[in-house]
Amino acid sequence: MGITISNISKSYKKVKALQHISFDVKPGELFGLIGPDGAGKTTLFRILTTLLIANEGLATVAGFDVVADYKSIRKNVGYMPGKFSLYQDLTVKENLTFFATIFGTTIEENYDLIKEIYVQIEPFKNRRAGKLSGGMKQKLALCCALIHKPEVLFLDEPTTGVDPVSRKEFWEMLKRLQQKGITILVSTPYMDEAALCDRIALIQDGKILEIDTPQAIVKHYSKPIYNVRAHNMYQLINSLKEYQYNHSVYPFGEYVHYTDKRTSFNPEELKMYLESENLTNIEIKITVATIEDTFMELAKS
Amino acid sequence: MNNNKVIQVKSLTKMFGDFTAVDAITFDIEKGEIFGFLGANGAGKTTAMKMLIGISKPTSGEAKVAGFDVYKQTEDIKKNIGYMSQKFALYDDLTVKENITFFGGIYGLSRKKIKEKSEALIEELGLEKVANQLVGALPLGWKQKLSFSVSLIHDPKIVFLDEPTGGVDPITRRQFWEMIYKAAHQGTTVFVTTHYMDEAEYCDRVSIMVNGKIEALDTPKKLKEQFKAANMNDVFLKLARG
Repeated sequence: MGITISNISKSYKKVKALQHISFDVKPGELFGLIGPDGAGKTTLFRILTTLLIANEGLATVAGFDVVADYKSIRKNVGYMPGKFSLYQDLTVKENLTFFATIFGTTIEENYDLIKEIYVQIEPFKNRRAGKLSGGMKQKLALCCALIHKPEVLFLDEPTTGVDPVSRKEFWEMLKRLQQKGITILVSTPYMDEAALCDRIALIQDGKILEIDTPQAIVKHYSKPIYNVRAHNMYQLINSLKEYQYNHSVYPFGEYVHYTDKRTSFNPEELKMYLESENLTNIEIKITVATIEDTFMELAKS
Repeated sequence: MNNNKVIQVKSLTKMFGDFTAVDAITFDIEKGEIFGFLGANGAGKTTAMKMLIGISKPTSGEAKVAGFDVYKQTEDIKKNIGYMSQKFALYDDLTVKENITFFGGIYGLSRKKIKEKSEALIEELGLEKVANQLVGALPLGWKQKLSFSVSLIHDPKIVFLDEPTGGVDPITRRQFWEMIYKAAHQGTTVFVTTHYMDEAEYCDRVSIMVNGKIEALDTPKKLKEQFKAANMNDVFLKLARG
């Protein structure tokens, strides 16, 4: 009773926001929708949470059809939109009470589920939501999405604009919620967070590029990738881009990830070329693909 | 003043009531440097940046930006810097050309200069086909690249970039950084905040703010050595988590 999505399409006038999307999220799974802004992630979330009707296709959430059974879905899912959507002029406590009441429950009844998160914002329970910091708002929004003990939780870019420490803590919270049996569909533009999901779908321009476990997705990357470094990053990128055999050149932290067009590639040859371009301290080492490499390769073709 | 130091900050402090948002930060940034300004949400980055761009008066301390004093010469600072953030970029209901003309005009460029700049910029970004389209209709990545170019339209000495790549796809994010490298190569100083730790590695030097103070400042390589960390993400987690 997770989520099933079958051939879903949605257009806004000329823009094809989603094109024939199909995938399933298994019960209890932590599933990541990975893609940049404009990929169609929010449109899909809004269809699954019954806030938008697709042009075609079928979808079910917790066993209910998103069109026919929309009322049942609303009772059984939690949704944390990307944009902070709580009442800014209600306090922390008032917001939470409000959402509990709407769903015919109380904070006390499901306190166990939110306890760990709520204790972190409890010192500010009488502060208006609009006056909270970004991290606090995010925690309050998660509590409000959980207060009616949903079977399925939808989190639309919960960590966008959030610093690495808070992001790490947020993902630890998600893992614990998953252990309590909640199915979670989460979207993110941060590729490093993909590795924390059971399975992921890479999405761009309304199309699914690939669906699999994060481990399998990086294994599918077919070309050997080389970490290249030299004394000057700007010159290095320019020289690599001008190299006639380059297949891809992407800055990656302290290195540039380089792939070659040829099947038999000799790093020494590249080194000689770079030396002829007056680069020094050249280092070329083979490395393994990341989700981001895979994403870029798929997005390119 | 040393001409190579385009930003000089000494014990710069900002208080809101009893709360010290920025606590005596000190650093210098050189011409052409890419300086990464990192910190957790609420650490004081935005407050510090507002003082440097001349829109928030410090409580105490000294700072010079492009040679101008942050207390008395804020208008001169504004003329000599560029600024872009993910939140405020361009006007969605103006076309690409109109935005360029508007910002060129704001910075007092002549019509002839604006025309030249506009043509060069549109060609460099490959925006010829959409030059007369509303900016609101462009993909986010294009908007951000255009916004960065517009922030450089008056040839500022320093450009301040506040989380410029948030939500942008990974290919465009890299193209964006190539533009940053190019600007720095041409002598523009780049002051950038980001939550992507791989981007911190692209900077010449990085500072990390924790509770209003700068707790670390060095090249990414040296910071990794200092904190015995494999990457900048680990450095950040170690520092900010204490």
